[in-house]
Amino acid sequence: MLLNIKNLHVEIDGKEIIKGLNLGVNQGEVHAIMGPNGTGKSTLAAAITGREGYEITAGEIWFKGTNIVDMEPDERANLGIFLSFQYPVEIPGVSMTNFMRTAINAKREYQGLPPVPAGEFLKMMEEKKNLVEIHSKLTNRSVNEGFSGGEKKRNEIFQMAMLEPSLAILDETDSGLDIDALKVVAKGVNQLKSGENAFVIITHYQRLLDYIVPDFVHVLFDGKIVKTGGKNLALELEAKGYEWIKEQHLFEA
Amino acid sequence: MSGSRSNICLKLSMKTKETTQFQDLESLLTAQFEQHSERIAEGDTPAMKSLRMKHFEAFKAVGFPDSSHEKWRFTDIESALNQDFCHELSASRSDRNIEELFRCEVHNFRSEIISVLNGWYHSENGPLFTNEDGVIYGSVKAAKIAYPELFDARYGHLAHGTANSFVNLNTAMVQDGVFIYVPKGVEASRTLQIIKMIDRDENVFVQNRQLIILEEGSKLSLMHCDDSINHHTSLVNTVTEVFVGKNAHFELYKLQNLNDASGLINNTFISQEAGSNVRTNTLTFNCGMIRNNIEVALNGPGAHADVLGLYLMDKQQHVDNQIRILHNAAHCTSNELFKGILDDEATAVFNGYIYVKRDAQKTNAYQNNKNILLKPTARINTMPFLEIYADDVKCSHGATIGQLDQEAMFYLRSRGISQSNARLLLMYAFAADVINMINIEGLKSRIDDMVKKRLRGELSVCEKCVLHCGTPEKEYHFDIDLSKL
Repeated sequence: MLLNIKNLHVEIDGKEIIKGLNLGVNQGEVHAIMGPNGTGKSTLAAAITGREGYEITAGEIWFKGTNIVDMEPDERANLGIFLSFQYPVEIPGVSMTNFMRTAINAKREYQGLPPVPAGEFLKMMEEKKNLVEIHSKLTNRSVNEGFSGGEKKRNEIFQMAMLEPSLAILDETDSGLDIDALKVVAKGVNQLKSGENAFVIITHYQRLLDYIVPDFVHVLFDGKIVKTGGKNLALELEAKGYEWIKEQHLFEA
Repeated sequence: MSGSRSNICLKLSMKTKETTQFQDLESLLTAQFEQHSERIAEGDTPAMKSLRMKHFEAFKAVGFPDSSHEKWRFTDIESALNQDFCHELSASRSDRNIEELFRCEVHNFRSEIISVLNGWYHSENGPLFTNEDGVIYGSVKAAKIAYPELFDARYGHLAHGTANSFVNLNTAMVQDGVFIYVPKGVEASRTLQIIKMIDRDENVFVQNRQLIILEEGSKLSLMHCDDSINHHTSLVNTVTEVFVGKNAHFELYKLQNLNDASGLINNTFISQEAGSNVRTNTLTFNCGMIRNNIEVALNGPGAHADVLGLYLMDKQQHVDNQIRILHNAAHCTSNELFKGILDDEATAVFNGYIYVKRDAQKTNAYQNNKNILLKPTARINTMPFLEIYADDVKCSHGATIGQLDQEAMFYLRSRGISQSNARLLLMYAFAADVINMINIEGLKSRIDDMVKKRLRGELSVCEKCVLHCGTPEKEYHFDIDLSKL
């Protein structure tokens, strides 16, 4: 199993947000995590990627056979975990090119490889830019600076394409995207999908799942996965809303 | 070269019980002046002589400032003065090979070097020289004899002392420095580079002077480096006066890179005539104590000044930037940007004064000071001060003090970039908008290289020459040479 989360508990400022979550993801799978706002979807993404301030009070996160809960965020990234941010950060003064080259070389160093030769790197940039239909003018600029909402999300997918992670977590990638941008993002993800990697797609709505078809849909509620199904579960949620899940969960509790 | 009999050295043993040491320094300097005034004033025009006397009297009356002085509240000048110093009245010999000392190959950057050793002009081209472009330069000592009228009309006219002890002292006692004259319409094709080196096996207190004149429609870019290559304490007190004529274009890059024991007091006065364009960039990389007094007077309509600075300080270093922009004429614009990164217990002061005269309508003045404090022990005092007497003006000012953006840190680290490299990238990005204002490509990449080295905690020097300011190891295709991170 690529990712195996066991009985995960996460606190922010002493408040428990994730309350005993279990999730297993195999290579080649696409998992969707859905649920109402404030149920812990983004907290789960933060805990997997090692964000500061998210304290894991119990449980384990196994990735490629290692429990990563004590690892630094950069080490997790180099091990193959990628997060597409819900709100990508603007970093004035750091060029996209320099940023990507630093990231690629960090990963190569982790793998015991020498830095990527300049020519090879530029060729790689060109190829991956085409994949997400991102313009050269964007990669010549500072990281996300002055990018539109859609451009920022496409830039996330571009970075994912560059870094070729084994596990990509897409946190609300569809929010703020118009339908055309959504299609471009989905197309990029579908082209990157392989039998070797896996995707965890965190989303509030079903519409992204029209374009990136999940193998599993999980419903997160009150810090736990309360329901798991196939892609039809997403359609059911879209039609019926989350209320019936809440009622069912509260009833069971 | 004459001997050093007239050079005074002030030793701690001379300290009397009743006075503080710097009061001793005051009286010793005063005595030195009184005893050797003829020698100090050698070659002066009568006007220069009386200027000297006036400033000497002012220094004698007021002496050095202390921390009770409003302008020196946040800068500990007393400690810088409480040292043993030699104050030379004649050039000292250096054991080092002078040419080797100043040989400085900078990749892709052709500059013409004017060397100054321990405050004394030193150039293989002789005391006065006219270069291929027609720019005349040489020692102040020689120039005042060759161009007495020019000196009478300009020298000491911008550096109004009396209120400024260090200008008083400098004007009274200075003997040498650099003179640059760019005749009407002459555009210098090469950057002139003044390299001021301190290399003495004793502690020295140095007075040094620059007179720079750009006539109408001329163009000059000047790099002014203050370096020290040994670990002795030095205190350099330099006064630079720059006259920028009508529609002339002047760029001044100051690089301050002295050892932790040393102090530098840099007084720069620039006056601009109509339609002229000035850019100064003060890059402070290393020094125990630096005080930059920079005054730019926009005296003719349509003049523009960019007054920029970057300071990267750590340990217990201190930098104090006192910037005065005087809008004396209508339709002038000024843009002031000073950025600093302070680590450890480093401290900094920024004092930005903008003056807009009554009739200076349509003035547009912008001022900004941004700081990153890497540790809670680092400190910045930043004070904007605007005095506006015209009613149709645009003036804005801002000051920020902050830490590295934690959101940006996590974003970079989530892509696999280590914490230390992420910090470097963000610090470098912070500094980049000052570096990007450097117009000369070769110089920009050198400064770039020096900033990166500084941020990595290495000295801002390289390995090739004694000065260590040489060639980047290879061409940069990217903003940062990542193999070095």
